[in-house]
Amino acid sequence: MSEDKTYAVPNQPTPSRPVIIDAELCIACNKCVEVCQMDVFIPNPEKGKPPIIMYADECWYGGSCVDFCPVNGAIKLNQPLMQRVRYKRKATGEHFRI
Amino acid sequence: MIYNTGIEWPYPVLYEKETEVDTDVLVLGGGIAGCWAAITAAKKGLKVAIVEKGATISSGSGGSGVDHWGPCVNNPCSTVTAEEAVQSPPKGSGMYNFAMSHYIDAKENYDTLLEMEQMGGKIRDTEDEFAGADFRDDDTKFMFAYDYDKRYRMRVWGANFKPLLYEECKRLGVKIYDRTMATGLLTEGGKQGGRCIGAVALNVRTGEFFIFRSKATITSMAKHQRNWNFSTEMSGLNTFRPNLSGAGYAMAWRAGATFTHMEMSKRSMLSSGQTFPFYGTGNSFNTWVPCTLIDADGKEIPWIGRDGNVMDSVSDRVHPGEAGRGRKKAEKTVAELLADLATAYRRRPLPDIIPDLEQRIIAGEFKLPLYADLPGMTEQERNVIWGVMVGNEGRTRTPVLNTYNESGFDSSRDLLQSYIMLGGGGLYEPSMPQTRIGGDLGPAGGFVVDWNLMTTLEGLYAAGDTLPMSHTHSHAAVTGKYAARKASQYASNISQAQLSRQQIDREKARLYGPIKNKDGMEWKELNQALCRVMQNYCGEVKNEELLNIGLTWLDDIERNVIPTAYAPNPHILGRTVEVLDILDCNRLILQSSLARKACSTMMSFVRLDHPQVDPPDWHKWVTIKQQDDRIVTDSLPHDYWGDLESNYAKHSGL
Ligand SMILES: Cc1cc2nc3c(=O)[nH]c(=O)nc-3n(C[C@H](O)[C@H](O)[C@H](O)COP(=O)(O)OP(=O)(O)OC[C@H]3O[C@@H](n4cnc5c(N)ncnc54)[C@H](O)[C@@H]3O)c2cc1C
Repeated sequence: MSEDKTYAVPNQPTPSRPVIIDAELCIACNKCVEVCQMDVFIPNPEKGKPPIIMYADECWYGGSCVDFCPVNGAIKLNQPLMQRVRYKRKATGEHFRI
Repeated sequence: MIYNTGIEWPYPVLYEKETEVDTDVLVLGGGIAGCWAAITAAKKGLKVAIVEKGATISSGSGGSGVDHWGPCVNNPCSTVTAEEAVQSPPKGSGMYNFAMSHYIDAKENYDTLLEMEQMGGKIRDTEDEFAGADFRDDDTKFMFAYDYDKRYRMRVWGANFKPLLYEECKRLGVKIYDRTMATGLLTEGGKQGGRCIGAVALNVRTGEFFIFRSKATITSMAKHQRNWNFSTEMSGLNTFRPNLSGAGYAMAWRAGATFTHMEMSKRSMLSSGQTFPFYGTGNSFNTWVPCTLIDADGKEIPWIGRDGNVMDSVSDRVHPGEAGRGRKKAEKTVAELLADLATAYRRRPLPDIIPDLEQRIIAGEFKLPLYADLPGMTEQERNVIWGVMVGNEGRTRTPVLNTYNESGFDSSRDLLQSYIMLGGGGLYEPSMPQTRIGGDLGPAGGFVVDWNLMTTLEGLYAAGDTLPMSHTHSHAAVTGKYAARKASQYASNISQAQLSRQQIDREKARLYGPIKNKDGMEWKELNQALCRVMQNYCGEVKNEELLNIGLTWLDDIERNVIPTAYAPNPHILGRTVEVLDILDCNRLILQSSLARKACSTMMSFVRLDHPQVDPPDWHKWVTIKQQDDRIVTDSLPHDYWGDLESNYAKHSGL
């Protein structure tokens, strides 16, 4: 795909980014592909590249991909925005969200 | 073609290719029950195979953890007996209880926990992090939940129990077939109701077909789900359990096994795509007992016990005495029962926060939103909730504990918001009026089994959540072990049987239909339609007319729509085959609902055409099976297993 062209693409499923993979840190070991219960990932056809998140909408947010990843921080669970819980600092009353 | 993303399917495509496997004991579903079963049978020297749809290392409902383990009545600190733990129906709980398998659980629970420790599981506070805590026994270093006097519900660090079970299976030489979805049981002569002699399965990455021939088979594929509720988007998010579609029920239903209590199965109160992460919002339930909730102005929400009296201190909640856990059972009229359904999804065992909270908020006594006051708890209570419990519960370590902590949430300083009355409470959540009867447990029915945990199909044993009224981790572990002892004995005295080629070919034709179409109906739209059938025709109020329309709808979908289903690769084929199972589970639930011709308070079951509530004649297990593809219903006495103590002694083999 060329960056300066506009393509016809279908809508993304929701949520579309259940995990975020840091391509710099990922060593393409495919451990996450191996342990995911829902088979959300497929290995990248390009050797050495991070796996592809193929069935994002099926993610159960169990976190096995993160738990078993050998590189700290290479893959992060990315809870959908509507699932971000709010909290309040008891002493000041300030409001935050996860 | 919308599916053409330009990436070629990364695995070899082996549709229809057959691989045959011979084994002594075949375990279908490598979850908690399945792994314990496999370990037990392998230790007896038998050849064992696990067929697992996901990856056994962390698959299933217990794959991501367990924080409360029990009824651990034999631990040295417990003051409760096995008999007390499983009274049927349990005193005050207001539910039918499948006391046979729960008694087995109670009897072997503590030994199983110690075995888990042998495998490397952490079951004691060995670092003395909680030394001197009210919920800890300082000699054994055991920690307890809920009722700190009774001391038979253990707090454990179970986040890694499943990987440990997996390692043990491998160490013992169990053959594990991951990404392999069991789809059908094989019976002697290919006959419905015949002896179970194996199973067939589909690899969900390659599409390859597996034929397993076994002497004994254990079915442990847990529950059915996605029957009432399914979102075409967020399809993974709207289930409480991962990756289940009731395959164990559907295949055994087709094979002629007998089920019971399926009419109580209803939408799980725990699943809707609209919730926050489970255990990830301020609440007071389950994992979060005995957390204090406060309103927007900091005013504490009172707790009450089973006696209806307000509990003044945190200590009262965990030393409830006679006001302890359980539910008041009340005689009801149909009108009361119906009125009750509106809030049934919010009914919880006591002690808990006041049940009339909603009315009192409306009346202005409390101000929304509410918060969990973790900072206001003692340090030990705070850290055992936010740390040990949230952290090991299952689907909490990474999604809740670590994610929240990393984002800046500090349990000693911050009030986690509760979504009670705002929507998405993270636990109990109706998504539409027809689906609001969470009732008590969601999926509730299961296999009829005998004292060997053998189903009504000879050679087929059942363990774990797939038994009636069964929902807990230790119950799955213990019944897995017990079933495997029985199955191993059976397998040692019987030889393998001749498979029916006709039965295998029938199954292949059923499975591979969707790859032969070039376009057509996709699995999500199908699943959603199946849920609509249940919402409309098997909802809060039932009558014969409604239930029959539901069945007609299902027949229509099966006859006219399923043949148009389309699956462009093995993954989507797997999902499509799941939907076929969901269709059969729906049928099983509708048929069972037709068979119970009375209302039941304990089951939150309303038949408007049979308005008698709890007539004594209907205090029984309604059973159902298929024979020559016709429905046969019957019943069993409520305590059909007889005296628990003497029968356990006679049958357990210990
Ligand atoms: C988030 C969460 C937290 C929980 N926390 C607790 C707790 O703290 N304490 C407690 O007591 N209970 C808890 N439970 C319940 C407990 O996990 C279950 O009762 C227990 O796991 C049931 O064991 P099982 O073996 O019957 O089913 P599961 O462990 O669910 O295993 C079923 C297995 O069958 C596989 N399977 C399904 N279909 C097929 C097929 N067609 N072919 C092959 N394999 C298939 C699945 O992939 C899965 O691995 C929790 C459940 C969840 C979801």
